[in-house]
Amino acid sequence: MVIFFIFGFGLWLLLTLTLHWSSVIAGLLASLLTTLIYGGYFTRHPIRFLQPHRWFWLLVYIPYFIWFMIRANLDVAFRVLHPDRPINPGIVKIKTILKTDTAKVFLANSITLTPGTMTCDIDGEYLYIHWIDVRAQDVEGASRIIARPFEKILRRIFE
Amino acid sequence: MIVMISFLALCAFLCFYRILLGPTISDRMVAVDIMGIIFVGITALMAVLFKLPYLLDLAIALTILSFIGVLALAKYLGKRRLDD
Amino acid sequence: MIETIGWIIIWIGIAFDILGCLGLIRFPDVYNRLQASTKCVTLGTFGIMIGIFLIHGFTPMGIKALICGLFILLTSPVGAHALMRGSIIFGIKLWKGSVLDRYGKEKLGGERIEDR
Repeated sequence: MVIFFIFGFGLWLLLTLTLHWSSVIAGLLASLLTTLIYGGYFTRHPIRFLQPHRWFWLLVYIPYFIWFMIRANLDVAFRVLHPDRPINPGIVKIKTILKTDTAKVFLANSITLTPGTMTCDIDGEYLYIHWIDVRAQDVEGASRIIARPFEKILRRIFE
Repeated sequence: MIVMISFLALCAFLCFYRILLGPTISDRMVAVDIMGIIFVGITALMAVLFKLPYLLDLAIALTILSFIGVLALAKYLGKRRLDD
Repeated sequence: MIETIGWIIIWIGIAFDILGCLGLIRFPDVYNRLQASTKCVTLGTFGIMIGIFLIHGFTPMGIKALICGLFILLTSPVGAHALMRGSIIFGIKLWKGSVLDRYGKEKLGGERIEDR
């Protein structure tokens, strides 16, 4: 809860960017109220926020992810501009090794923004993926191509 | 600067084409979602053009509003068949 | 120098926006349109925000642009995912050239691909 409060107050300070006393007091009140109402929903393991190696792997993950995003966009641009539209779509099913819900949500969002894949539904440890160019139809091959590059870093951040 | 905003307006017109002619209701919802994000871009560029920083506050609010709108539309789309 | 890089990044972002909207026009069914347009428009608008941040630095305008870009990066995939799940449950079929539909086969009883 304290971490959530500090996060909200920092966001307020960045948005207003003044240190005038009335704005600071309004920000304190607003973030306190938000924390009291919503604070219990998010952090189930608060001690994980204080372990520095998780933050280090998060910093490693961001440039890796942006590199994958740029590759995804060049891929889509190629498919749009090609006169024959070389697409081969389908919905496949993959199996993930991540356990916690937060990690699964991050994996689903990462899959959505990377080359040619998009999450349809999460069902326990299986994910259904719409793939614009199906290269492997079975569960094992598809999870090796789609999910492995992210899982090995996300597992170090969230578990 | 004006040229950039005109290009983004061209994008919005392409989305509008899809909204008018989309064969299914889902196509129109996708186009509305994309159009919302493009309007955020136009608002940000106008903030730079007119040197008015508070237009960016408007852009943040527009992002969140478009997100909530899309979630409500998707909820409607998914719920209708489940209730039948 | 850093302002020039900012303008170049804004131009790249606008190019990706236009490509995403062209994908919205050209692709044959809802799911492919959602893929192309969500990816390209998210990265394009994020690029515009990063460019504004590079031009203006740590002034109120730059920091607000950065926060707005992070919001777009967080909310856009979630909205696309919700729309995709909604249209699958609503019963919109896949394009006729699709290869397989494992979700329809396991959850909804039978693949849902348009007849050729």
